[in-house]
Amino acid sequence: MLKKFRLFLIGAILLLVAFPLNHVFAQDGIPSSFSFQSITGIMLIIITLLILVLLAAFVLQLKVKEMNKEQLQSDQENIEQNISTYISRFTAEQIDQYFLWKQKRKRNNHQNENSGVGTAGKTFLFLVFLFFAQQLLAQGPAQTVTGEAGIVITTILILTPILLGIIIMIVKVMNVLKRYRNNLKIKEAEKLAEYLQQKDDVNLDAALMQRKAALDFSLHNNELSGNAPPFDKRGLIQTDPDQTELPIAAAKKRALKRPNIDPALSKLVLWYIGCAAFWLIFGTTIGEYIGIKFVAPDADHISWLSFGRLRPVHTNSVFWGWASLGMLGLGYYIVPKVSNAPLASFKKGWYTLYFINAAVILGSVCLMAGINNAGGEYREYIWPVMALFGIGLVLTLINFLQTIARRTTKEIYISNWYIVSGIMFGLVIALVAYLPFWQDALGETIIQGYYMHQGVGMWFMLFTLGIVYYFLPQQLNRPIYSYSLGILAFWTQILFYTLIGTHHFVFSAIPWWLQTVAIVGSAGMAIPVIAGTTNFLMTFKGAWYKVSDSYTLPFFLVGIIFYFSGSMQGTAEAFRSSNLIWHFTDFTVAHSHLTMYGIISFFLWAGIYAVVPRLTGKEAPQLTIGAHFWFALVGLLFYTIPLMIGATLKGNMWIEGKPFIDSVVMMAPYWLWRAIGGSLMWFSHLLFAYNLYKMFSGNVELNVTEVALEKLVVNNSSESGAQAII
Amino acid sequence: MELFDNHKKLFSAAALFFIGLTILVAILPAWRNQYNNAPLPNATPMSEDAIKGKEVFISNGCVACHTQQVRNIAMDKVWGERPSIAADYAGIHRQSIWVNTATLMGTERTGPDLTNIGLRQPSKEWNLVHLYNPRIVVKESVMPAYSWLFEIKEQPAKNDVVVNVPDAFLYGQKGKVVAMPKALQLVAYLESLKQTKLPDGSPSPDFLYKQQVAASEAKTGTSTGATVLNGEALYTANCQSCHQANGEGLLGAFPALKGSKVVLDDNAALMVNIIMNGYTGREKEGFGPMPAVGTNNNLSADEIAAIMNHEKTSWGNNAKTVTADEVKKLMDLVKDSATENK
Repeated sequence: MLKKFRLFLIGAILLLVAFPLNHVFAQDGIPSSFSFQSITGIMLIIITLLILVLLAAFVLQLKVKEMNKEQLQSDQENIEQNISTYISRFTAEQIDQYFLWKQKRKRNNHQNENSGVGTAGKTFLFLVFLFFAQQLLAQGPAQTVTGEAGIVITTILILTPILLGIIIMIVKVMNVLKRYRNNLKIKEAEKLAEYLQQKDDVNLDAALMQRKAALDFSLHNNELSGNAPPFDKRGLIQTDPDQTELPIAAAKKRALKRPNIDPALSKLVLWYIGCAAFWLIFGTTIGEYIGIKFVAPDADHISWLSFGRLRPVHTNSVFWGWASLGMLGLGYYIVPKVSNAPLASFKKGWYTLYFINAAVILGSVCLMAGINNAGGEYREYIWPVMALFGIGLVLTLINFLQTIARRTTKEIYISNWYIVSGIMFGLVIALVAYLPFWQDALGETIIQGYYMHQGVGMWFMLFTLGIVYYFLPQQLNRPIYSYSLGILAFWTQILFYTLIGTHHFVFSAIPWWLQTVAIVGSAGMAIPVIAGTTNFLMTFKGAWYKVSDSYTLPFFLVGIIFYFSGSMQGTAEAFRSSNLIWHFTDFTVAHSHLTMYGIISFFLWAGIYAVVPRLTGKEAPQLTIGAHFWFALVGLLFYTIPLMIGATLKGNMWIEGKPFIDSVVMMAPYWLWRAIGGSLMWFSHLLFAYNLYKMFSGNVELNVTEVALEKLVVNNSSESGAQAII
Repeated sequence: MELFDNHKKLFSAAALFFIGLTILVAILPAWRNQYNNAPLPNATPMSEDAIKGKEVFISNGCVACHTQQVRNIAMDKVWGERPSIAADYAGIHRQSIWVNTATLMGTERTGPDLTNIGLRQPSKEWNLVHLYNPRIVVKESVMPAYSWLFEIKEQPAKNDVVVNVPDAFLYGQKGKVVAMPKALQLVAYLESLKQTKLPDGSPSPDFLYKQQVAASEAKTGTSTGATVLNGEALYTANCQSCHQANGEGLLGAFPALKGSKVVLDDNAALMVNIIMNGYTGREKEGFGPMPAVGTNNNLSADEIAAIMNHEKTSWGNNAKTVTADEVKKLMDLVKDSATENK
């Protein structure tokens, strides 16, 4: 009966799947109207997948039922034997309960609950689903979309919830299994109770009494140690047992003490990081303010603070101030370290710092005063200002190359590949963007596309990857997983990234072939991104437990996740089909924050929290580091996800030809969420600044013992000095 | 490997690789486009005021929210009659020794595209009020107010351009709002932004990705016959920025449509004429001239009928509606009279 039903069901489902296929193939008499790239095709794949999953679930459930039934039957045969086993396994408390019950002779009935509704309900849901699937398919052909690769990526995104659904289904099946087992057990329990009630066996009671005495035996816990007080002979106990409190947050490992680093280098690196932190606070305060202006456009009417002028102040100060100085600061630590040689010139290091700071200060003032370079994003600084930045880069490039030339290692560690190339390419990009020979008419646009994306990919991304290749293995205390993958990522990044600039001007008046090259390059970016991500994640292999012990590794992990998802999102955005919806919307803003913040800033924080304690010997409170991490991460998600949703709706409204102002009205709540997320991010930067302060000069709580010992040493040396004089 | 252990070779190789690709993918295409395109023969050069206005536009970072490019996709059709082509930008050169070329194509459309704004919104009065505070005329706008391009005078001079600003937007200041030269130059620049017509005979590039839904709808044919256009949406897109969502216009700048004689008149001839050819009949009452919205925005008879019917039946208006055929006839009529007048 059951088997017949199952056969029928499978047949019915196959029919249901086959029918819509038929329907699609017959559409308009065009033989190839079905395509895997069309919405219909994809819906079909998803629905088939879902049907298969549901089918599997159903079969699984029937199987479970059957299995339980069989077990029940076999169990009934040796129930007697089971009962004696149960009795012999009574615990002391259960024996107590038994006797208590016996004394009172009271009844204690358990009612078992059985739910048979579940299956019927599920079957109903299943049928309803099939109905909707049918309807969806019937609608499918009406909304054909031309072959689109962007849709494929969307499909993967859609499949993610389906996978989640499968996991939920497995959990549900496990629950069903458990429930059936419990039912079974309740039945056995009833039998056992019945047995105990009916038999009034003296032998049983005696046996139980004996068993209870045996179970009640316990040791006094000092059989081995004796009564003497403990003595920690091997120094195993580190914390003072009298001073421990309940921890609010999990305690992380403290930074390891390192051999002393040249104080001159320490000072230089710390100044870079300090300046970077200042520009982070400055730039994001402005970002926060212009984010609020989307919600409250009449907040002020001052020309220097108007949106159009402040926006480039925000972007340029976080780019050239925060991220660039932060990267260079970490670079000044890494390059000499992995070259195993001292830094070639401290003077050049300081001059770079002066020049870049001067560029950002002057640039910000110019922008607010209304002096800019005509609107190309990220090259709003006029050329004399950007020249200061360029001079800074040249000095550091010479400095790093000289340091590497004096290295005492044979090979050049991969960090230095990335870092030095980042600086070289940064200079090339700046020159291409600011030299006037190819900037007329559309030339300006082509160069702009090249510049804005190479700035991100060749300057920020390459340099930051170099930082990760040094700090990640160091923090995990493991070698990088594969040197070759790092090399592959390096060359493919140069090959593909250089091509993708003009994907910011898809459908514009620039040549169609150039747009296509950019799109192809964007797809090619999958190679370096996947190679890099794999390399980093595999370095974690076998050391995942360290993540929860460390306060730097979470920053790395988030950076790696966004490195993958943010970069791949960029690829998805580049396709013509997705450009149609997302170009010109706030999606771009969300994407740039996912990458510049999620990747670059998180990696920089990871590096800073790793390196500063080594330089100063002081650590920040773990609680505020954790708070910084969570506020930044949650803030970033609040910032980006609503913007992406809103932007998708906006793009669709534009496609539908709704009045423009309607899309502005629609965005209002999403802009509000963006402001909220931005506020959280901004708050996390205040915490970061506090942490830096603690690491730089935080008043270390004096340790009485250490001070006393120091005094002894001082006294000792002065005494011996006095003796020497005498 | 020798290459990987020798810093000179390694870094030279990387740099040459990158520079080579840069030349191929950025510099050569840029050069090619710079030298191989010429402005359209009938392109009008910008006036001196407009050139100065462009500087104001640049220095205030307007490009952060406003694009100036009509992409060759159907959804951009609202921003221009044809997709922008390389020739449209060919006449743009370096601004000055300090400032780079400003094609101002933009990458973000937080506000509307401005390629054709000179045609879509030529009204100087509207532009000035809108610049002083965009929320005077577009309540939902998030654009910054550029009130620092204006000054408040107790006694405006004879030549001063006075802008009609409601008291609520003066924040308690007393006097008349007068546009400073920069505001007027900026408006002159906006008015100069018009797509140049392609020379006769040259085919206009196609808009891609036309909406297929509309096509399939037309094929199947809805039960009511022709699809009913949404008059309210069309009104929002074409008329609302001046006449407002409540049809009450703006006192002293844009007349009300609510209870308007022209709108309520059963003879629709004058209304169609105003929409197609513009109107200066109420300038004496202080209202600005109305641009020829129907002609500028290329509205069809169906669309104009939908807008007119929305105006005739909203905000308490209750007039006889018109059909698209009637409007079509009236449009032909007023077109003839317009050419005769010329």
